[in-house]
Amino acid sequence: MKFTISISGIIGFLLISFGTAHGQITVSPNGPVTSIQQAIEMSEPGGNIEVKPGTYFENNIEITKPLTITGENFPVIDGEHEGTVLVIRADSVTVKGFEIKNTGRSYIRDYAAILIDQAKDFLVENNRLDNVFFGIYLAETERGTVKNNTIESYDRREASSGNGIHLWNVKNPEIIGNTVQGMRDGIYLEFAEDARIHGNFSHKNNRYGLHYMFSNGGTYYDNVFRDNGAGVAVMYSENVDMKNNLFEHNWGSSSYGLLLKDMRHSTIEGNRFYRNTVAIYSESSSNLKIHRNDIELNGWAVNIKSSSARNYFTENNFIENSFDVRTDSPRNNNVFEGNYWSNYEGYDLDRDGIGDVPYRPVSHFSIIIDRQPESLILMRSMFIRLLDMAERIMPVLTPQTLIDEQPKMQRIQ
Amino acid sequence: MKSQTLHILSNEWKTLLRGKWVIGYGLIFLMLTDSLLRFGGGGAEALLSLSNVMLLFIPLVGMIYGILYIYQSREFVELLLTQPIDRKVLYWGLFLGISTPLMAAFIIGSMLPLGWHGILILDGSASAMVLGLGGILTLIFVSLGFVLGLKFYDDRIKGFGFTIVIWLFMAILYDGLVLMLVFTFGHYPLERFVIAVSMLNPIDLARIMVMLEFDISALMGYTGAVFSRFFGSNLGIFTAGGMLAIWLAVPTWLGLRVFKQKDF
Repeated sequence: MKFTISISGIIGFLLISFGTAHGQITVSPNGPVTSIQQAIEMSEPGGNIEVKPGTYFENNIEITKPLTITGENFPVIDGEHEGTVLVIRADSVTVKGFEIKNTGRSYIRDYAAILIDQAKDFLVENNRLDNVFFGIYLAETERGTVKNNTIESYDRREASSGNGIHLWNVKNPEIIGNTVQGMRDGIYLEFAEDARIHGNFSHKNNRYGLHYMFSNGGTYYDNVFRDNGAGVAVMYSENVDMKNNLFEHNWGSSSYGLLLKDMRHSTIEGNRFYRNTVAIYSESSSNLKIHRNDIELNGWAVNIKSSSARNYFTENNFIENSFDVRTDSPRNNNVFEGNYWSNYEGYDLDRDGIGDVPYRPVSHFSIIIDRQPESLILMRSMFIRLLDMAERIMPVLTPQTLIDEQPKMQRIQ
Repeated sequence: MKSQTLHILSNEWKTLLRGKWVIGYGLIFLMLTDSLLRFGGGGAEALLSLSNVMLLFIPLVGMIYGILYIYQSREFVELLLTQPIDRKVLYWGLFLGISTPLMAAFIIGSMLPLGWHGILILDGSASAMVLGLGGILTLIFVSLGFVLGLKFYDDRIKGFGFTIVIWLFMAILYDGLVLMLVFTFGHYPLERFVIAVSMLNPIDLARIMVMLEFDISALMGYTGAVFSRFFGSNLGIFTAGGMLAIWLAVPTWLGLRVFKQKDF
């Protein structure tokens, strides 16, 4: 390894002395150096490569030493539908300002536009990836940042499309300000430790906008997940912080704003869920704090399976959801307290801002729907309203203990 | 002929305004909408509450108003009938003369608060939908009231009785019957049937259109293919809209026929 580095160093030095100054190599379609791969081989570790505008037909470009590669005015690297385009196998590599398109596609291999393989402290910034199988693929990396990239692809089938930003077995990655569209999962994490996913925009993906598996201790803040095939899924993880995200327009019979499965000790705070079929779906999750979220105009605000326990729904705004809470058991192991429910019809005689009658978020009608789905067409009818009212006064079918004892009278700001 | 209709129309409007009834009706909606927006929170919340009130009360008020008018202006109508005026012209003049101010009272009364709270701009399509549906329901039920008034011209108790029963049936009991049918025949594929049955009641039609605007995300959660196609595409809104138009035409035409043939 040392030997090869020193050899390439010498070659690089020799070549640089032929015409490049200050360790910088310029690649251009009609210059002395016309291929990026060639420039990488020429460069010394820690060098700079500048790529002039133009189209470069190259794939499987390997970066095996610390380098900074910068594109001027988004030069195009066309992978000609073969293999991975750019592979980073060294620490401290920076790739900036490229348009990368046409990776290979395969059912066996995960070809990506940029693959970062067992490297540390990389920076992939301001790149545009177009018509790629996988976008940016991080495998066994440590630290490193993926920032302000745009990824788009056009395969509408779930089975044959790849993920936008794919993280596998990584530590401390930062995924910031990227836009992902038309991939399978916008951002996919598996065995990612302490990931920071902030300010990304993931929309119109075939499956999940964000897919989170076995990844403990991450944070994701200020992201927007819109119109994804199945919303966002966060599974088998603990100590995840989800704050100030926007989940909207995820429609379909198996589509969720946020799907939680086997999650523990996590916080969901300050998010907005708007017009999803199901805003929050929870299965086998426990010790979650769902606090101060706005849940507005969704089909079902919360669908909580009886396998979920000790979750705390506090100070959320439930506004004009077709159904507030759905559950599959007459028993309740979760806490709903101090939320604002726009469907609440109680009164507040002592004027302390808290309703004097408890609110029952599971409506009679939602139980009718579960038994006979066709009755959905009667939603919001006067007759159904009367039934609901009767059930609220004398609960028979709805869970006895699933109540908010302290419903707020006013929307929580 | 047109000028005659307009003449009757303007006369009607003047009488109604002098009666101040319509203004009060408009003011009720104005205060209701304003307080909903002031104390209830966001636009969607207020619009949904408004649409609930609209679905329940506009049919009742429309029908009562229609039938009351026929009974109260009996002398006036009979006097006009002695004049050389086409009965068709007279009918349109009378019908539009009382239904349009009622419609306008609702639309303007609700629109003003929606306007000054900025909801008209924020939720433009939803506001337009609620206001438009209220207007159409007014027309439908005033003409139903006319039909009942003309049918039971001399028996007022019967006329009012039928009005109340029809309202109760359409606004509340009908959905109960549908629910009962759904549960009785739950083992059969019912989607088409349920849609068809809902199309027969104008209040249900209006309710379905409100639902398509506000609950589409829940409707998409339903897995049945027929519902998905009906609610998921524009098919639902066009069918419901078309059926509402038919509902508008049939009672009006019926009223006209009865009015033309009636021996006063």
